[in-house]
Amino acid sequence: MTVIFKEETFHDDFTFRNSPEAVKRFPFPFPEDSYMYSVNLEPHKSYRPGSVYERTFDVDEHYVSEMRDRARVLAEDPLRCQSLPHMTLAGWDLLELIMTSKAEEYPELFELHRDGTKWHWINRPLGIEQKFTFLDETTLPYGPMEYITRQTQGDFAVLDQRDDNLWMDAGMVTTQADWSLDFDIGMNFFEWHAPVPKAHEMGIFQRALKFLLNVQQGSPARRLNWTMTVYPLLDTSPENYHKWGVMKKDLTLENMGQMMHLRVELQTFFRLPRSNALVFPIRCYLIKLDELVTVPKWARRFHRVIRDLPTELATYKGFVTNRPKIVEWLSKYDDGAPTSPGIWPD
Amino acid sequence: MSAGAAKIPVTVAEVTPVNELVTRFKFVRRDGGPMPTFSGGAHTVVEMNDKDRVRRNPYSIMSDPADRGGYSISIRRDDNGRGGSLFMHRQVRPGMEMVISNPINLFALDLRARKHLLLAGGIGITPFLAQIKQLAGMNGNFELHYSVRTTSLASYADELAANYRPRVHLYHDDRGEQIDLPALLDGQPLGTHVYVCGPKGMIAWVRKTATALGWPREAVHHEEFLAPASGKPFEVMLARSNKMIQVGEHQSLLEAIEAAGVEAPYLCRGGACGQCETDVLEYEGTFLHKDHWLTPAQCASGTKIMPCVSRFEGKTLVLDR
Repeated sequence: MTVIFKEETFHDDFTFRNSPEAVKRFPFPFPEDSYMYSVNLEPHKSYRPGSVYERTFDVDEHYVSEMRDRARVLAEDPLRCQSLPHMTLAGWDLLELIMTSKAEEYPELFELHRDGTKWHWINRPLGIEQKFTFLDETTLPYGPMEYITRQTQGDFAVLDQRDDNLWMDAGMVTTQADWSLDFDIGMNFFEWHAPVPKAHEMGIFQRALKFLLNVQQGSPARRLNWTMTVYPLLDTSPENYHKWGVMKKDLTLENMGQMMHLRVELQTFFRLPRSNALVFPIRCYLIKLDELVTVPKWARRFHRVIRDLPTELATYKGFVTNRPKIVEWLSKYDDGAPTSPGIWPD
Repeated sequence: MSAGAAKIPVTVAEVTPVNELVTRFKFVRRDGGPMPTFSGGAHTVVEMNDKDRVRRNPYSIMSDPADRGGYSISIRRDDNGRGGSLFMHRQVRPGMEMVISNPINLFALDLRARKHLLLAGGIGITPFLAQIKQLAGMNGNFELHYSVRTTSLASYADELAANYRPRVHLYHDDRGEQIDLPALLDGQPLGTHVYVCGPKGMIAWVRKTATALGWPREAVHHEEFLAPASGKPFEVMLARSNKMIQVGEHQSLLEAIEAAGVEAPYLCRGGACGQCETDVLEYEGTFLHKDHWLTPAQCASGTKIMPCVSRFEGKTLVLDR
């Protein structure tokens, strides 16, 4: 696979768009015509060549521009990346996991040469070449987690495991669906999930935590989550809500197809070997409604999901006010025909 | 999700007697590749094809976590056990092909600790051997107190003393030496975490003493694998698979479920991790709960059983499996 990296922006002039190939591989998150929470976890195994499930860390046409956007956000707000002192070892674990996976799965883009603790990393798309000593922080320009996540799409929550709980003790979070690492840092699994409606009563977090505590080395897991975003904004953070929150009012029936995006998170979970921490990469994929409706099955199904979604969920996901307009726009693409099971285009 | 952690096909590279009771086994990957890195305190589940049955026993990995050439474990022979350690001691030879699991850590270091106080009894030294190598490699602050029966049974004591002398303290039962636990725990700096691995009585003693001295629960770590106890044979109905199975005298319920070809989740196989928790649909009789997982209320409710270590006596037992 040859990836052609696009020049595009996720702010100001918002030139982001998907190529037809990127639309085809979009991780549409609805296997049926309605949606309710479920733990929906499955093994993170290579699946469907060409899909976002093929590689351990998917690199797509937006890579270079997304990394530039991350650097821009970090320059404005360095607290988007934090690591408590005991999490440095987990940062090295993560650096090793990403470098070895990318070098093996994308040999034309990334190279890693190791001679004991002397490592040599080449990142061709970003034009980076770095020689460093593994486990020696002084040989890298940033801490190990920050160094590697400035070169990897998606947010990263690095969770310490102790006292039968998970603790948000490190992370790189610049492409988030309205949550804040600076607010959540040091919290445990139940504390940082406290704002989520309904799921507590359903016992979802008890079950999810039990599963996550038992994610083992060599057996990573994944799930999808979703929300909706007006404008192709990667950074929909609480810190910048005053900037992007008002932009939701710009939405009209006329600009819906270009302005409204389905935002899907591919969430994966890996046990880290030296630290026994759990890393939770949250990779954000955006698709414009105009792009989404080029797949007739997705258009029909998405209309039904949004129309029938419980109000609490539409409120929590931040589009309850715009929902009538979105449903009206999508209804034009739903002829009432039945849809096939599963998430893939027919 | 499939049962247990992902498997690694290995060859037995070395079998080394350590003393009259303990033997060390080293495994390397059959494909010649590197082993996964692991964290000190992790165990691996070793599968043993013992005639017509498959045994799966967890053993702490004692080798250096940074050494990806192979994993070493040390096994104490238990002449009155169910036979796993005897199989390893008597049947396993260099060159044999076996299957082990990816590392699983239920006894991890708390990396926030300002100091790690390690308390070992007998073969309970094994997880600490890996943790000490890991801590020494990162300039960690640790202190080991290791209680052994006799000098000749003091596995790895000489090596530990030679490498880390001022931080290693040995106690010999046959010389009447004993850890002065209240004084030891009382004198620790703030931010110390204590870890204990050894016989049941020692673990209980450390936890009780620490609690009495006001140690926070989160700063006291223990690892205790229970070997499944033998007991009277019993019969179980597996409702979902629609199979009636027999659990033999020296077989665990989990082993009997697996022997019937039914896939059941597990990790530690020692009553600690909770992964094999199984719903009871119907029963008439008495549960013999042996695990550390279920709460007393859950045990009393008759709705759950941990098949890796617990048994049953009575007329009917129907499980959701």
